[in-house]
Amino acid sequence: MKTSILHDVSELPTYGFGTRMTMAWGTMAFILIEGTGFAIAAAAYFYLAWLNPEWPLSAAPPGLLWSGLITLLMLVSLWPNQRAKARAEEHNLPAVQLHLLVMSAIGLGLLALRAAEFATLHVKWDANAYGSFVWLLLGLHTTHLATDVIDTIVLTALMFTRHAHGKRFSDVTDNAFYWYFVVASWLPIYFILYWTTRL
Amino acid sequence: MSEASVRPAKDVRDTQLDAAELHARLARTWGSGRGLLAALSTVDHKIIGRRYIVTAFLFLFLAGLSAVAMRLQLARPESALMGPDLYNQLFTMHGTTMMFLFAVPVMEAFAVYLVPLMVGTRNIAFPRLNAFSYYVYVFGGLMLWVAFALNIGPDTGWFAYVPLSGPENSPGKRVDFWAQMITFTEVAALAVSVEIITTVFKQRAPGMTLDRLPLSVWTQLVTAFVVIFAMPAVMLASTMLILDRLVETHFFNPAEGGDALLWQHMFWFFGHPEVYIIFLPATGFVSSIVVTFSRRPMFGYLPMVLSVISVGFLSFGLWVHHMFTAGVPQLGASFFTGASMLIAIPNGVQIFCWIATLWDGKPVFRTPLLFALGFIVIFVIGGLTGVMVASVPIDTQVHDTYFVVAHFHYVLIGGAVFPLLGAVYYWFPKLTGRMMSERLGTWHFWLAFVSFNVAFFPMHILGLQGMPRRVYAYQAEMGWGPLNLLVTIGAAFFFLSFVLFLWNAVTSLRAGAPAGDNPWDAGTLEWATSSPPSPQNFDRIPFVTHREPLWAQRDALTVVAGLAVDHREVLVTSVTEARPDLRETSPAPSIWPFVSAIAVGATFIASIFTPWGVVWGAAPVGVALICWFWPKGAPEDEE
Repeated sequence: MKTSILHDVSELPTYGFGTRMTMAWGTMAFILIEGTGFAIAAAAYFYLAWLNPEWPLSAAPPGLLWSGLITLLMLVSLWPNQRAKARAEEHNLPAVQLHLLVMSAIGLGLLALRAAEFATLHVKWDANAYGSFVWLLLGLHTTHLATDVIDTIVLTALMFTRHAHGKRFSDVTDNAFYWYFVVASWLPIYFILYWTTRL
Repeated sequence: MSEASVRPAKDVRDTQLDAAELHARLARTWGSGRGLLAALSTVDHKIIGRRYIVTAFLFLFLAGLSAVAMRLQLARPESALMGPDLYNQLFTMHGTTMMFLFAVPVMEAFAVYLVPLMVGTRNIAFPRLNAFSYYVYVFGGLMLWVAFALNIGPDTGWFAYVPLSGPENSPGKRVDFWAQMITFTEVAALAVSVEIITTVFKQRAPGMTLDRLPLSVWTQLVTAFVVIFAMPAVMLASTMLILDRLVETHFFNPAEGGDALLWQHMFWFFGHPEVYIIFLPATGFVSSIVVTFSRRPMFGYLPMVLSVISVGFLSFGLWVHHMFTAGVPQLGASFFTGASMLIAIPNGVQIFCWIATLWDGKPVFRTPLLFALGFIVIFVIGGLTGVMVASVPIDTQVHDTYFVVAHFHYVLIGGAVFPLLGAVYYWFPKLTGRMMSERLGTWHFWLAFVSFNVAFFPMHILGLQGMPRRVYAYQAEMGWGPLNLLVTIGAAFFFLSFVLFLWNAVTSLRAGAPAGDNPWDAGTLEWATSSPPSPQNFDRIPFVTHREPLWAQRDALTVVAGLAVDHREVLVTSVTEARPDLRETSPAPSIWPFVSAIAVGATFIASIFTPWGVVWGAAPVGVALICWFWPKGAPEDEE
């Protein structure tokens, strides 16, 4: 088919930030998928809580120490996360490296706290349906957390190599955006597991 | 935007080359190479899409054969052709394969192949994820059928209700294979949805505003969103089922605070939208076919788009109508009856728009249009029985009978398979460069249309006579023998129609008439390129000025220039107005998606046998994924 050139795109940039990039849309789609998974797990939890005359079933809700520390550290992490995103948009590599190192350390710290928490739960997964749900929700969240922590560590390593230029800065902002979701998805799970049974 | 990200044009651009050289160099840049390693590393959406389509049709034939085997057993009363155990496996394999390994994947397969061409881009977004999704799907399907061949095929029906599928009533590994197959196929489907959403939102050709988006692409976009909101429910449910079976959790065990109906809610929260995940893309096929063969643009484009979107929303308000006999509260049942009837309205709007388009056009009755018309007839009948079973009293009477079997086969085969067959006849020339035989196509249509009705219409009557689903034998005194024999004869001829279709496809592939770029004189962008398309899809990205660009610009298609030639670059545009915004690189071929799929598959399969499979599998999966994402120094990695 014959063609006639109407427009020249030579001068367009090869990358941008946020929703200008395809990667941001992929990230948002994965957030939708995981968010839906969490929402359905929470709905199933409430379904059983509503169905059973007593809830939690013959076990105390999980303790507030480790989960409190996790929540606190999550909220604290928003600051370096925001800094990493802002510095990446400025292409400030040393600052990006620093904040990514901080975020990696925070991620590992969160996983360590979660490991400690699993050891102190008052109910096992095979005790009853309540125990099953406590482990399911925490297990899902731990998998989600671990995946993003590994992703952050790999990206941190990448930003110390010769590949740390151009669209990698955009990748850092996407990673930071995803971390907001990690924090935002934890808060309702935290409220459901630790507080709805105490209120 | 920082100035640092605007790089000077040192690389070779398409403005510097004449047409022949541009075509050759782009084909080299976007080509997949030769050899086994290259075949497993390809990220070309057309190659992956073709593989997806062929694999899905292979599963269709396997599921069809299992249906024929069941019909042979039911052809006469008290038949001893097979025992209940094999029969249970067969109906489970039939339903599971049709729904999870054929219907959903084949619709996605068409999306993977067609959407990038229809929106005028060079590859799907996240092409490595696309390759990964295909391999995961293949491994899941193979696992299920190998299990069946070893007599450990699942036997609790395609929706695997607890407590039948729970640890006490289904010991062994049969249900575990079913549950893990869900994980495989849903991972694949979710990945494709992410790709389609991003491709449609960000990689449309400039000028293709959302109101110029082909209806077929609209349906694929809405379907992708429905997949994203529906499939996590069944993935989670099947994971909980495996946990109940493997590590003794109690999600579905009423003795320990769990609940059996929780499974039904979670399954059907996915299961009803699933019907629309299959049906919506099929309506897109019908729209493409009806427009092309009516020789006029779609009547009521806007109502069509709104109908598709509202069907997507309403599909989530229907799930409880599968559970009317499970003792749900009356108010709930009334709500879901209302919602089930409500969805007939946007579906009806679509049907009236197609009829109006045909009415006002100059219809050309080629094979694709025959299948589209067959769809309208069969689907309307299925829709009418759908409105009937949406009513609680009628549903209570016919629940679990052959009436329901007849209903959903009219809806699914009429609503999805007929449009799909029309789509194959319609796009076969684009995929292969050759036309399918019209004579055989006409024979195929009429054989399929008549035999389908012979096979499935009597099931309504059998159901009203009280014949339950999923019985492997019945007594002669019930009086169901003659109609069952008729059903079996219809089913055998219906299967034969698919053999005829296969024959047509294979012979046309070898010796069909050459198709040319646009054999149907269609208006959308996939027909603006060669048949089959070259690896780069388009030598220059079209600049769209009309809903049917090829009808609006018959002399010369307006295009944009300025993209790189020596490495893979796609044009990224704004979400609603499709204004050119970025020249993003597109990933080059890689073996790591294949390796990752093997690692993921091995982990999933190992986890059927021991929970430690997840732990041990995590390391190879992690390594493979890191190798996948780590830049290798290719120009595509270093922008």
